[in-house]
Amino acid sequence: MTAAVEAEVVNRAPTLEVVDLKTHFFTKAGVVRAVDGVSLRVAPGEVLGLVGESGCGKSVTGCSILGLIDPPGRIVSGRIAFAGLDLVRLPEDELRSLRGRRIAMIFQDPMMTLNPVLRVDTQMVEAILAHRRMPHGEAWALARDALAQVGIPSPERRLKSYPHELSGGMRQRVAIATAFINKPDLVIADEPTTALDVTIQAQILHEAQELCRRTGTAMIWISHDLAVVSSLADRIAVMYAGVIVEEGRASDVIGAPLHPYTRGLLGSVPSANARGTRLAQIPGMTPSLINLAPGCRFRARCPRADAECTSEPAISEPLAHRQVRCWRPHLEGAMP
Amino acid sequence: MTAYILRRLMQTAVLVAVMSVIVFFGIHIVGDPIWLLVNPQMDQKDIEAAVRALGLDRPIWEQYFHFVSGALRGDLGRSFIFGEPALTVILQRMPATLELAFTALVMAIAAGIPLGLYAGLKPDSWVSKTIMAGSIVGFSLPTFWVGLMLIMVFAVMLGWLPSTGRGATATYLGITSSLFTLDGLRHILLPAFNLALLKFSLVIRLTRAGAREALQQDYIKFARAKGLSPRRIVGVHLLKNILIPVATVVGLEFGNLVAFSVVTETIFAWPGMGKLLINAIQSLDRPVIVAHLIIIVLLFVLINFLVDVLYTVLDPRVRIGAKAA
Amino acid sequence: MSVVGTHGEAEIERPPTGTAAAPETPLRRLMADYFESRFATAAFVLLVTIIALALLAPLIVPQNPYNLAEVDVLDSRLPPGTKGMAGYTYWLGTDGAGRDLVSAMLYGLRISLAVGVVSCLIATVIGAAVGLIAAYVGGRTESLLMRLVDLQLSFPAILIALILIAILGKGVDKIIIALVTVQWAYYARTVRGTALAEMSKDYVEAARCLGLSHARILFRQILPNVLPLLIVVATVQAAHAIALEATLSFLGVGLPRTEPSLGLLISNGFEYMLSGKYWISFFPGVVLLATIMAINLVGDQLRDVLNPRLKR
Repeated sequence: MTAAVEAEVVNRAPTLEVVDLKTHFFTKAGVVRAVDGVSLRVAPGEVLGLVGESGCGKSVTGCSILGLIDPPGRIVSGRIAFAGLDLVRLPEDELRSLRGRRIAMIFQDPMMTLNPVLRVDTQMVEAILAHRRMPHGEAWALARDALAQVGIPSPERRLKSYPHELSGGMRQRVAIATAFINKPDLVIADEPTTALDVTIQAQILHEAQELCRRTGTAMIWISHDLAVVSSLADRIAVMYAGVIVEEGRASDVIGAPLHPYTRGLLGSVPSANARGTRLAQIPGMTPSLINLAPGCRFRARCPRADAECTSEPAISEPLAHRQVRCWRPHLEGAMP
Repeated sequence: MTAYILRRLMQTAVLVAVMSVIVFFGIHIVGDPIWLLVNPQMDQKDIEAAVRALGLDRPIWEQYFHFVSGALRGDLGRSFIFGEPALTVILQRMPATLELAFTALVMAIAAGIPLGLYAGLKPDSWVSKTIMAGSIVGFSLPTFWVGLMLIMVFAVMLGWLPSTGRGATATYLGITSSLFTLDGLRHILLPAFNLALLKFSLVIRLTRAGAREALQQDYIKFARAKGLSPRRIVGVHLLKNILIPVATVVGLEFGNLVAFSVVTETIFAWPGMGKLLINAIQSLDRPVIVAHLIIIVLLFVLINFLVDVLYTVLDPRVRIGAKAA
Repeated sequence: MSVVGTHGEAEIERPPTGTAAAPETPLRRLMADYFESRFATAAFVLLVTIIALALLAPLIVPQNPYNLAEVDVLDSRLPPGTKGMAGYTYWLGTDGAGRDLVSAMLYGLRISLAVGVVSCLIATVIGAAVGLIAAYVGGRTESLLMRLVDLQLSFPAILIALILIAILGKGVDKIIIALVTVQWAYYARTVRGTALAEMSKDYVEAARCLGLSHARILFRQILPNVLPLLIVVATVQAAHAIALEATLSFLGVGLPRTEPSLGLLISNGFEYMLSGKYWISFFPGVVLLATIMAINLVGDQLRDVLNPRLKR
């Protein structure tokens, strides 16, 4: 995006704004603070990449937005502003009318997200008819067109088949088509390409990007794979141990990361390392989300940690449109 | 699909053949086969004549062949008590047993699946906990004792329902059954309920386990993310998945119901195969016992086969496995 | 509090070790887990009570119901609470032959329990042996044994029992044979499955490398790991065995009339039911139900407790 377009995008009201979201799981072993104060914002038509390693809370964030958190989990506090409503306080049946219509979600493993004993057309048509009244035939035609749009050949035949008759990439395309079929304002994609071959991954990414551009739909793309996200997203938010540690334009975050964790992530990508040298790693392990140490969550693994890191860092905005949660971010080499 | 059915039929035939060998040689190993076919009450001379006539002094392989050819023709010996061919005697009473077992099965499913579903969807409500506790009680109840108590309460104390016997029958679409008459329904209610209690707990527990497992699956989450109504999620997505294992187990249990009707038929004086078997054991009417065994084996084999076919119909993953993807 | 190790690694917090409790053996943990549920504890207490009553029966009942000298046929079919000729009260009434129901029930309970437990134990030994051998030896032997097991398991227990009794005749030993035949296959299948899973684990491989004899590996290494599941299965099967024996006795093809088990007592009362003398069948049935239910509940809880998947 150019700076002018970006400025315009930022100035328009965001499609989704999450403010200080906290989702905790109350288990017998203790309280798991899976999401512990996450704030983010997605502008209309923008793709936000939510990146982090397994267990950092990114999927829980996605599910929290849609209100799909089941006991023993619960949204404890925070606000999710969407279409003038606060999703946290919305009653269930109103939330349900939003799901699939104005906010849609795509999950990781398409074999299990599509019900194996129901046909593809049944599952797509019901997504339409749950929100709009129309004759069955009309809905069926819509489903067929949606499949064609995501690049599936002979969609009529595919509609009549069962999920296990399709390849992994095709199933995910079906899931994507289903997500976009009611023209939502926001699509949350939770690691949709992780279970697919690398070649198919690229195709799916491209198609998703195309769809977003064409329909003006905003998207949150959740992934642990920086490479995938860097080619797709306009903005990137990096998550660690339940909070966002860095957020900014994709090119900025990848090119000149501020947070030591982001730096470590980028440095540990194999291609970033010179041949023959040891692979750089971030030492240590992710902290337990039940017994979190006070202070910065990354402190124990951070090469730059010092005495002031024993208190939780506030979110700062050291550069324009870039936020970071760190007392000692890498400001050198970053462009203002 | 037809190739599959043919293959299964062949396997079934092989199984029946194996069973016949086991039954035949089993009887010969355990007891003196002469008494299976010849009434021990007869005079010595008549016994010897019968032995020769029946070929019991022949080598065992010839006897087996004789037995099989007789069986294939439908001749499984004559009942000592009734004087008629054992097969006829049994087949006359089979409809009553099948009717009872079928009604019991329907009852168990009609009540068990909704309760199990509820317990699976809301496992922490006190209703669910009561259901599960009740299912353990139901599981432990001795069927025959419950039958007695049912008669005690409903027939003797309250006088609402008859205590014994089968009601009047009527014929619709070529099927004669007591289910078609009001009198018949009044008579079948208690025994069918008694028999159903046996499987009731099983159905509840199965459905509940199935529901709980299905709820963890991603497709339920996806269905919710699509904004589908809970009714549709449970009624279509959940149910169709649960039905597969439940249907197969329940189908197989039908055979068990037929077998266990022995007890219920005895208590309620229901004129079926089971009561016949008990009488036959007590009066040592061995041809009937043997014939009963063979028919039960055939019935089981048939049920297994039907359940397999049902499974392929219900689960598209198995069905289409044979076709090219 | 987290402790930063020498290499900058964070340690997951551990509970303070100063207050170490007594070493927790698996048995202790099992008992602690088991008694967490109030239902299960109640069931256990009930079971122990029932067993105690059965064992102590001769000491606590007013009458030995098998001693004809003590039984007065003139006292037959008396309702509960009546005072009898001999001076003591028939708390639960008398049956058709004049036996005090309480005494008859407790003696009957002894027999029911004895037959059920004995057949269960024998079946356990046979079934476990078959299952272990099948798993260990493998190959054709295993296929053959398992086919046999499958064949037997696909037929209803009651039918097999009836046919066996029809062939073998009546008597206590014949009943036990029938009960054992009906049960062993279930043990065999369970044990084989567990043994197979255990055999793929490293400790078996290690034992083999050490050159331990087959018998030693089988009985000292694999069996103890199979034991928990075996105990659970045995509990449930014991309940089945007791129920089956009662059913067979009720049908008149079970234990002989001279030493009536609970099933026979209930069937004795059948003829009097239509004239309203319900107690003869009712109370023995309640005792039977309580016994079976207690065993089932204990077995259920044992299964939940021993199943690692359900642990937090």
